[in-house]
Order: sequence, then C-alpha cells, then structure tokens
Amino acid sequence: MRKVLQVSNLGKIHGNGCPRCVASTGPDVGSNICPHCQSVVANAAISFDLHAGEILGIMGESGSGKSTIVKMLFFDEDPSLGEAIFYDNGHQWNLFSLNAAQQRRLRNHRFGIVYQNPHLGLNFNFSAGGNIAERLLMSDLTHYGQIRERARDLLTRTEVGSERMDESPKKFSGGMQQRVQIAKALSTSPPVLFLDEVTTGLDLSVQARILDLILEIQQELGTAMIAVTHDLGVIRLLADRTIVMKNGRIIEAGLTDQILEDPQHAYTQQLVASAL
Amino acid sequence: MNPSYELPRDEAGYSFGFLDEYAKREVRRAILKAICIPGYQTPYASREMPMGRGFGTGGLQLTLSLIGRGECLKVIDQGADDSVNAVNLRQFIELTCPGVDTTEHTGEATLIQSRHRIPEQPLNSAQVLVLQVPYPDPLVVVEASEAKRKIMHGEGDYSRLLTKLYEDIVRFAEITISHRYPTRINGHYVLDPSPIPRFDIAKLDHSPALILFGAGREKKIYAVPPHTRAEPLVFDDIPFRAEDFNDAQGQRRACQRCGASDSFLDEFSSANGTATFQCSDSDYCNQRVAAGNGVSCEVTS
Repeated sequence: MRKVLQVSNLGKIHGNGCPRCVASTGPDVGSNICPHCQSVVANAAISFDLHAGEILGIMGESGSGKSTIVKMLFFDEDPSLGEAIFYDNGHQWNLFSLNAAQQRRLRNHRFGIVYQNPHLGLNFNFSAGGNIAERLLMSDLTHYGQIRERARDLLTRTEVGSERMDESPKKFSGGMQQRVQIAKALSTSPPVLFLDEVTTGLDLSVQARILDLILEIQQELGTAMIAVTHDLGVIRLLADRTIVMKNGRIIEAGLTDQILEDPQHAYTQQLVASAL
Repeated sequence: MNPSYELPRDEAGYSFGFLDEYAKREVRRAILKAICIPGYQTPYASREMPMGRGFGTGGLQLTLSLIGRGECLKVIDQGADDSVNAVNLRQFIELTCPGVDTTEHTGEATLIQSRHRIPEQPLNSAQVLVLQVPYPDPLVVVEASEAKRKIMHGEGDYSRLLTKLYEDIVRFAEITISHRYPTRINGHYVLDPSPIPRFDIAKLDHSPALILFGAGREKKIYAVPPHTRAEPLVFDDIPFRAEDFNDAQGQRRACQRCGASDSFLDEFSSANGTATFQCSDSDYCNQRVAAGNGVSCEVTS
C-alpha cells in the first residue's frame, strides 16, 4: 500500500515545557499536566502512518489530545515536538519545516478538513456556493463559470441540492451545514481529508446519511481520511484501522475489528464494554 | 485667502512647506520604499496637520514633502479645481510654500494632488499624481484584524476578496463596486486605488507618471510606479467593466457643455427636472470649450 502521511513522535505542549514533561505525564501517571512545570501536554509521542484510500480512526475521551493531532496536521496549531511527512505525487513534504506560503498551499490544495462546529469551517456571511468558491479561489481557480459548475456538482453530490446554493448556510439545518462543509473540503479533490467529530451533535438518521456520504466519497475518490471521534459506532462503520488515545498518548493501535472485539489495554476494554 | 494675512514666521518659525525637514525626510523615505515595493502599504508617521484627518492630510503631506520652488501645482477635488477641498488645500500650499506656482491646467502641472479622480488628459513622465486615500486596505471589508491582513497581503491571498465579488455576481449579476475597485499592482499586491471611479482604473495601468497614494488617518503611503501593471481584480471569464454612460438607447451620453463623449460625466438635474450630464474634469471641459467645442449654454441662453 502507498503511504500518504507518516507521522513520527508528534507532540504539543501548552506552556513553557521542561525536559521532564513527556516522561512525567501520560496514561501511566493518569494526567496531562507536568508536575514539574505545570505545562499541559496535549499529546506526545504520536506516531502512525496513513495509506492511500484508507480511513484511520482516532478514538479517545475528551481531552485525550485526538483533535489536536488533526489541528497540527492541518496547520491550525504549531506542534512542539516531532515531524510529519506528506507523500504527494512523488514529492515528499516535511510538513513542519515548510514556510508559511508552502503550508498554505498544501492546506488549500492537498488537504481538506471538516470540523465538528460548522462555524469553524464555513463563513456564514457568504452563501453555500460562496464558501465553496472561496476554497476554489484559494486554490487559484478564478473562472466564474467553472466555480459555479463545480459548486453545483458538489452540492448535488452531497445532497444539499443545487437550488439552495445561493442561500446562506445560516438558514440550513446542522446536518446540511455539515454537508456544505464536506462539499467545501472536497472541492479541490484533496488526497487527504481530516474529519474532526463530524457527526457529533447530529441526530441518528442524519448521522447515518453523513457517514454513508463519507464512505461513498472514500470508495469513489480513494481519499485517505483521518476520522477523529469518541463515538464507537462511527469508528466501527468508517475506520479500517484505529488508534486509541488516553492522556495524550496512543495506548492501542490496530485493525478496527480487532480492537473492538479483542481490546488489549484495560482502558480500551472499559471503553468497549461501556458502549451502549 | 486673506491677502493681508502672513504666517507669524518669527514666532512659530514654520519652514517651507509647513512640515519640518525631518518630517519631510521621513515621508520621502516612505515614498521611496513604496515605489520600490509597488502596491505595498508603507507605514509612516503621519503628522498632525492644521486640518481634520479625513480631509486629505495624507495627500497633503505627500505634496508638501515633494514640492519645491519652481514646481507647478494643480489641486483637484472630484475633478474640479474650484470645489471647497481643492481651493482650501491650494491656498494652504500657496501660503506655506512661497515661490510655488499653481495652475488649473493639467498639462502645465508638475505635481497634481487629487481627490477621487485622475485627470482626463493623459499624464506624462515629468508629472507626479498624489491621491488622497481614506481607506488604504482593500482587505478591510473581509478581514477585521490588521495583523491577519498583513499576512494575507504578504502571501498574496486575495481569495476572500474574490469571494466577495463572486457573491456580488450571484446576487446582482454584476460586480457592484462603483469606486475604490481593488486593483492588483505588478502581479502581487492588491491596493485600494482611493475612491476613483472604475472609469479611472485603466489610467493606472502603465501610467507614465508616478502615482502616489497617501492615507493620513491610516498612516500609510503606497505607490503605482511609472510603467507598472495595474489590473483590476476579476474572474477569468467575466471582464472588468467601467462606467459606459450609455442612455436607454445605448447611445453614449455627451457633456452638455463641451460635447465630449469620452470623459467621465457627472449627472445634474436641470430646473425642469430632466437629467443633464457634464464633464467631471472641469479643466478638460474648459479647454474643450476654449478650443471651440460644444454648444455653449451660456452663449445660447
């Protein structure tokens, strides 16, 4: 399988940090806060590979540092430790040693993100089509007719419907806003898509249709995805492989079936057992 | 101007051009930097002027820093030499810059300070045009934070400005910006060309004259150097459209005074309620009338 993303030893420390931060936090200690310097270790020693066309699930409780991974990979936050290499059409990009313009280029052309909160991913002052246009304009497409056509296609495909493309997403339901976000993220056909709690807060039938859409996209376009969630159902349905996190560390990683049927770590066992 | 009034030289000790030499030197340095980086908004220490901010203090500081004995100055406001802002600025410069000539003729001027218009008569390479700017940053409509705007300018990221234009076309089937049309200079920085109408944008492109912009309140100076590309921000498939002044029949309206059909027109309501049109550039209009053009209303009535 072709590798798309290789993350090694990634970590984020909020605060001054000290040499003992990483050693004195984690699931063994049961805390994120370094007792020596009071810095918060959001996550550390995060290593994984992402392959073309696969969906990698990241599971864990609130505050386990799972969203921070995605935010760092999308350049929303700067990492404190580690590196990530993005393999793209024979190029290798060391993500965190690129300059701001190169990072912006990758972010606009090659990565896509869907946030839990549509307010983060969408500009509510623009229409649904305008939001897609914004991303297409960022990736240097400046032909009005082509932008309209592409936006119409994407909104039809994500079942928002092209007839509502000139309305503000303010007037849409939560599920539809999420669909517009997905359409926006997909507009540049990125090889990597980050999903940060995409279905949290939506009701069950809407959740199911959004997850269907995501699977459809993965099958058709072969987009590699990282799906961050605390919902075991989402993990079971979407992810080929899964990482389980606690207190900012990876405690277990493997095939999704294996993890859900035969969890090894005590925390994972508790998590799986407590699922309704 | 009160001809008997003289500056109290021995008391206040104003130097030539009102500003002290250090202030002028600082403005000149900022001008040089602005010319070196076409379209870049160069910050400078805008001084207090004896008039309110927003009345052309930015343009005035540029003019006072550039002007010297033997220069010939023209000041216009919305195309006219005789409107309040132009008259006051001209008198102030006459008062503080002894030995400087003023003119109303575009061709005679070496330095032109203008508000909201670029003269109709093409400028030449010996001339400098100074424009007064209220809002220097075109990105201010889409991004409130100046720190973020600086990054966007640095990266040449004008996608959100274009999204604004996209939304305009979706809603009104045309771009609705009438003046201050965002214009890309030399392929990188997009600037706010001050409130000149769309009609004047073409005059920025490869202008033989140096064009300087001064924002007094916002403390920015920027420039379109001579013979530099200036392209309005547009989509590939929707061409930029300037005001055409066509009537309902598609006929180009002409100036009712000088008959010009190639100039920017102002609309007036005549006594009987019908709309009439006249050149906004008063010097251009006067020169055409002097050359025997047009059906002069004054003569016939």
